[in-house]
Amino acid sequence: MIPPRPAGPVAAPHATAGTNVTRVMLWVCAALLPATLFGFWLYGWPAIHLWWLTTASAIVGEALCLRLRRQPVLPSLCDASALLTGWLLALSLPPWAPWWVGVVGGLFATVIGKQVFGGLGQNLFNPAMVARVMLLISFPVPMTLWTAPLPLLSANAPGFVDGLRITFGTPPATLDAMSSATLFGYARSELSRGVDLLQSLAAAQAPTINLLGERAGSLGETASLLIAAGGLLLLGLRLISWHIPFAMLATIALFASLMHGLDPARYLSVSTHLLSGATMLGAFFIATDYVTSPNTAVGQLLFGAGVGFLTYVIRTWGGYPEGVAFAVLLMNALTPVIDRYVKPRIYGRDRRGTPLEIES
Amino acid sequence: MRILEKILGRHPHWGVHPDDHKRPAADAPLRSLPLPEVLYVPLQQHVGNPARPVVLVGERVLKGDLIAEPNGNISAPVHAPTSGWISAIGEITAPHPSGLPQLAITITADGADAWCERLPVADPFALAPEEISRRTAAAGVVGLGGATFPAAVKFNLGRRLQVGTLIVNGGECEPYLSSDDRIMRDRAAEVVDGLRIVMHAIGAREALIGIEDNKPQAIAAMRAAAAAFGNVQLRVVPARYPMGSDKQLIQTLTGKEVPADARAAEVGVLVHNVSTCAAVHRALRRGEPLVERIVTLNGGALTRPGNVLAPIGTPVVDLLRFAGVSGRPARLVLGGPMMGIVLPHARVPIVKGASGILAFDAAEARTLTAGPCIRCGSCTRACPMGLLPLEMASRIGVGDLDSAASFGLSDCISCGCCAYVCPAHIPLVQFFSHAKGELSARERSRLRNDATRRLAEDRAARLAREAREKAAASARRKAERDAAKAAAEGGSRPLSMRIADTTSEAAT
Repeated sequence: MIPPRPAGPVAAPHATAGTNVTRVMLWVCAALLPATLFGFWLYGWPAIHLWWLTTASAIVGEALCLRLRRQPVLPSLCDASALLTGWLLALSLPPWAPWWVGVVGGLFATVIGKQVFGGLGQNLFNPAMVARVMLLISFPVPMTLWTAPLPLLSANAPGFVDGLRITFGTPPATLDAMSSATLFGYARSELSRGVDLLQSLAAAQAPTINLLGERAGSLGETASLLIAAGGLLLLGLRLISWHIPFAMLATIALFASLMHGLDPARYLSVSTHLLSGATMLGAFFIATDYVTSPNTAVGQLLFGAGVGFLTYVIRTWGGYPEGVAFAVLLMNALTPVIDRYVKPRIYGRDRRGTPLEIES
Repeated sequence: MRILEKILGRHPHWGVHPDDHKRPAADAPLRSLPLPEVLYVPLQQHVGNPARPVVLVGERVLKGDLIAEPNGNISAPVHAPTSGWISAIGEITAPHPSGLPQLAITITADGADAWCERLPVADPFALAPEEISRRTAAAGVVGLGGATFPAAVKFNLGRRLQVGTLIVNGGECEPYLSSDDRIMRDRAAEVVDGLRIVMHAIGAREALIGIEDNKPQAIAAMRAAAAAFGNVQLRVVPARYPMGSDKQLIQTLTGKEVPADARAAEVGVLVHNVSTCAAVHRALRRGEPLVERIVTLNGGALTRPGNVLAPIGTPVVDLLRFAGVSGRPARLVLGGPMMGIVLPHARVPIVKGASGILAFDAAEARTLTAGPCIRCGSCTRACPMGLLPLEMASRIGVGDLDSAASFGLSDCISCGCCAYVCPAHIPLVQFFSHAKGELSARERSRLRNDATRRLAEDRAARLAREAREKAAASARRKAERDAAKAAAEGGSRPLSMRIADTTSEAAT
């Protein structure tokens, strides 16, 4: 009875938990689905076209680089990590952004943000956020042109073809420019005009936040509750741990309540900070990216708190109305440092690695 | 920081919870293997030096006769597992993935299975603890949980360090295996008597039996057997791999953590497996050396999985035939699926530490291709030692072994939790085994180089000293000659010379 010789050396364990990278990535995509579908409904066909253009570009960029690196293209693409990167980027873009924003962003995310570093698992920065920040700095106008919600199937929503025309830069003349402002952008510009928040937010044209997310904003960031539901699904499946989302949301809430309590005329409320902008998407889907976040519980708490703090600082005093992407990238840069200094305590040793004293 | 760890749930959230696959094999009644025709008894079935044969080819032996004696302080004797004659002493394939040869004594059974003269002890508690150690050692009892460390050596250590608590390991956390479960169900009284003898041998005040909660029948049987003894307590522990690892079981049962550079005995506990305790009972109460054990036969390629009582040295192929093989097993594993080793073929014998033989079908033996690490941290959460497997592996991958060692590689217990949970299917244990082997080879060569350098330095020092002494001696002689010359010329000769002159004159 001689069992067949295996191709390579076979070592214990002879069992696996039965999970794989593809499954992990696809579950994250599934958790994004409710918020994405809501975004599609809210912003109509242009948003759908932008989404597929961006994810397809990310996948094409990945395939191209794998080919140049002489790696097996199809098996690597099957890990669905490029799909997720493109998807996350698409959700963070203005829903009616022109086609080239999605294409350039998608290619940049996987080519420069990921493959240049050596591919999956090697990148220092979150690829989707690298692309988003590049787009925001390089093309500030299309990246801050927000659209008022125009739900699919509503009276003057663009159809499939009109949607294509909007995305590909020749909007039909019949369609008004439905530009709008996000709450953060509006509050900032009013503040800079010298109108305090108590007045500006009470004005009739002020954007409002509601729990459903029917407002101007990025393609998939407005439906905070749907995003949080997806995040809770990931927590329930133990695909992410609670440390980063909790630390990030708690830190934002802490600073927002502190400053809002001090001066409500100058600082936005806790609910505004938590429910608008990229807070929820950032907390559950972006800051929790495995590759670019620390790998210990304490390190993750530090990381999350750092992202939350920087987000608040950038939103309140920085040069941009929204700061999640910058905050995530800055903390990504700190991840190796955190990982170097925050390590779990080894059994039988103290934190510094010296063996415990013998006590009997 | 400890409190923070508790809040953050670092402990005891270690380990993994694999499908245990223990049933139906665990519930099938214990069977006895029909006596094999030929037994191959390896001389190295324990940690330490291999035993030295004391029989000759052609000699007749009875079951239980000593056939190889221990060699050195850490070693164990080997006894004939059945009656018959010695047909060969030579090399066979070792039950090891390398398939390297190993010395073994081949016994052709005569079928009578006749015991040698046994010397049972009516009351082991009347014996001195040293005498129990001596008899346990003479019976060839080694740790049967898989570590195969000579049991008596551990008794002596425990006695010397005045260990107060004996921990009896009934964890059996490896999936598929149920030999300990079976021995606790079927021979609970023997296990409890054996552990009480062990307590006596080491002078322990109390015994804690740890059994995972997935073995309700074993728990019931052991509870009944231990009820009469106030100092023997049974604790049900959660079924979590690697609960059967010494360090994890000690921590779960006593809250004590064994320091990294210490032995468990130094914190006042000693761990022995339930099967080892039963073997001690047999060695003392019946005077029977360790010549047979319960082996779990399990895996998808077997038609009648279960536990069998088999003599040591039984070829695996006989066991597999007994359990009925359907088709060709895709992989043979000695031990459990988490830490077991792959057998090169079925013509290797079972040894004292063989708790199970697994014959995997193609689905169970499927190896998945490794992909890149996505740093998900699953391995970190699973590691029962608090290590960072992903960081160590990434450093070993680029050959930076020293950096991997600085992450605590030497604390790795090779339990396999990290590789089990890895979604990228990275063979992490293999990385670590490679690095540990490489580092210890490096350490050995460093020691050798040090020794060589020391010898060379000593030699150089000796040569220099000799040269110095030679120069000093010749200088002294020259000085004496010069002095003599000066005296002869000056007339003032030293006294000794004058005496010599007078004596020589007297002689003439």
